Amino acid sequence: MKIVTAVIQPYRLEQVKNALADTLHTGLTVSDVKGYGVQKGHTEMYRGTEFQVDFRPKVRIDLIVTDEDAEGVIQTIVMAARTGSLGDGKIWTQDISNVIRVRTGERGVEAI
Amino acid sequence: MPQADLAWLLAAFALVALMFPGLAFYYGGLLGKNNILNMFMMVLSTLAVTAILYVLYGYGMVSGNSVAGLGIVGNPFEFFGMIGFESDDGSGGPQSIYWAAFFVLFAAITVAIVASGAAGRMRFGAWIIFSAIWLTVVYFPIAHWVFTYTDEETGYVGGWLRNVVHLHDFAGGTAVHMTAGVGALALALVLGKSKAPQAKPHNLPFAILGAGILWFGWFGFNGGSAAGANFLSQYVVMTTLLAGCAGIIGYLAIERVRDGRPSALGLATGAIAGLVGITPSADAVNPLGALAVGAASGAVVCWAITWKQKWGVDDTLDAFAVHGIGGIVGTLCVVLIGAKSAPAGVTGLVFGGDWSILWRELIAIAATCLYAFIATYAIAWTLNKVMNIRVDEETEHRGLDLTLHAESAYAEVE
Repeated sequence: MKIVTAVIQPYRLEQVKNALADTLHTGLTVSDVKGYGVQKGHTEMYRGTEFQVDFRPKVRIDLIVTDEDAEGVIQTIVMAARTGSLGDGKIWTQDISNVIRVRTGERGVEAI
Repeated sequence: MPQADLAWLLAAFALVALMFPGLAFYYGGLLGKNNILNMFMMVLSTLAVTAILYVLYGYGMVSGNSVAGLGIVGNPFEFFGMIGFESDDGSGGPQSIYWAAFFVLFAAITVAIVASGAAGRMRFGAWIIFSAIWLTVVYFPIAHWVFTYTDEETGYVGGWLRNVVHLHDFAGGTAVHMTAGVGALALALVLGKSKAPQAKPHNLPFAILGAGILWFGWFGFNGGSAAGANFLSQYVVMTTLLAGCAGIIGYLAIERVRDGRPSALGLATGAIAGLVGITPSADAVNPLGALAVGAASGAVVCWAITWKQKWGVDDTLDAFAVHGIGGIVGTLCVVLIGAKSAPAGVTGLVFGGDWSILWRELIAIAATCLYAFIATYAIAWTLNKVMNIRVDEETEHRGLDLTLHAESAYAEVE
């Protein structure tokens, strides 16, 4: 089993969610995060004074999938989240040893 | 019709009273999210402090017979406790008890604007003490100079700027706006810069809502200064509207050229700048002139708002630029484009007016700004010697809401 984590542009979340919902029947967790990549932050201007905003708002998606599904999920997210501009984000995966469904106590692949 | 006058003035009072939450939101939204409640406290507490002082000696110092006939300050003991105000003179119109209430609001909003210079770094108790001393030493005398008329019949002596210099100031461009703007600058100089990194405005919709409420109140501020339900009150309501509107355009035009984009905060700031500009001039310019007052005030304030960076003075919420410089621009507009046909009947230099208007207004500007600056600086400097007026650095970093008031404005703030 793997956990797939994607940090993407907030305004692409809707497309990514729809694309994943079409191909996958598991849940996903979304959180608002901040950060910067190679594009760094941006400046804002208030009353003639510049404010450097170092961290841009991003959306982080976490979902747990079987080893077989992982590659397909990655492809789906890349397709849906890509704009071709700096700041499109990153995706990474990690192996996980166990998953437990709280309601039933099921473990492993059964609980995904 | 005294009853009609009173009805309008009571309504105007209510409009002006709304300027307090308006200013609190306008200022609070521009600060970081950890300092908004402290700013609400600074702004709203001024009303409490002012009301107490006004009943004791404030009304006497502002509106009382000049001490020794000098026109410097009214007799503080004349209306002590407002004794005598409780009886009806039977006129049916506004009486001293009404004017006392209206003037409490003028005095309180003036010191509330000064909070700009102390935002996010002054102990609350020190602010209360400062505001009481500042009203007594700075505002009450200047308000006497500007607002109190000499009455030849009764031998009652008013303020020197009004009756000796014969300044033109309709509703307080000098006594309210310049005094507050320059006071904020002096207080900021004594306190020094904020140690925490300057937060960007945490809630611009609050700031813009606050500016809108201030504008609403301004119709009462200027309209009530017409002292009745008369031609003058409707006239100044119109010029007040026009100047706020033109202030938006003047500010945004400069901002667009300088910063590349017109901003929502610029729109709100420009409106306030235009309103400050029309405060001294509302009865002295014609409708086209009111547009010019607003556009000039907005444009100049947009420029002046960057000076604090060059000077290294942390007048956090720009009271000096908006109220100090805006008030000066509005006053100079009377000098330049005063219209003979407007209710005040002042002819500006552009229309061939007498040069004496220039000296009169320059003396009023210089006297107000110099006295307000020196006296505010002296008060703050002395207070800083006898007590701790500034919070420590850690408190500043954590924000004053939590550290001074044990509250947070937003549930998620730790």
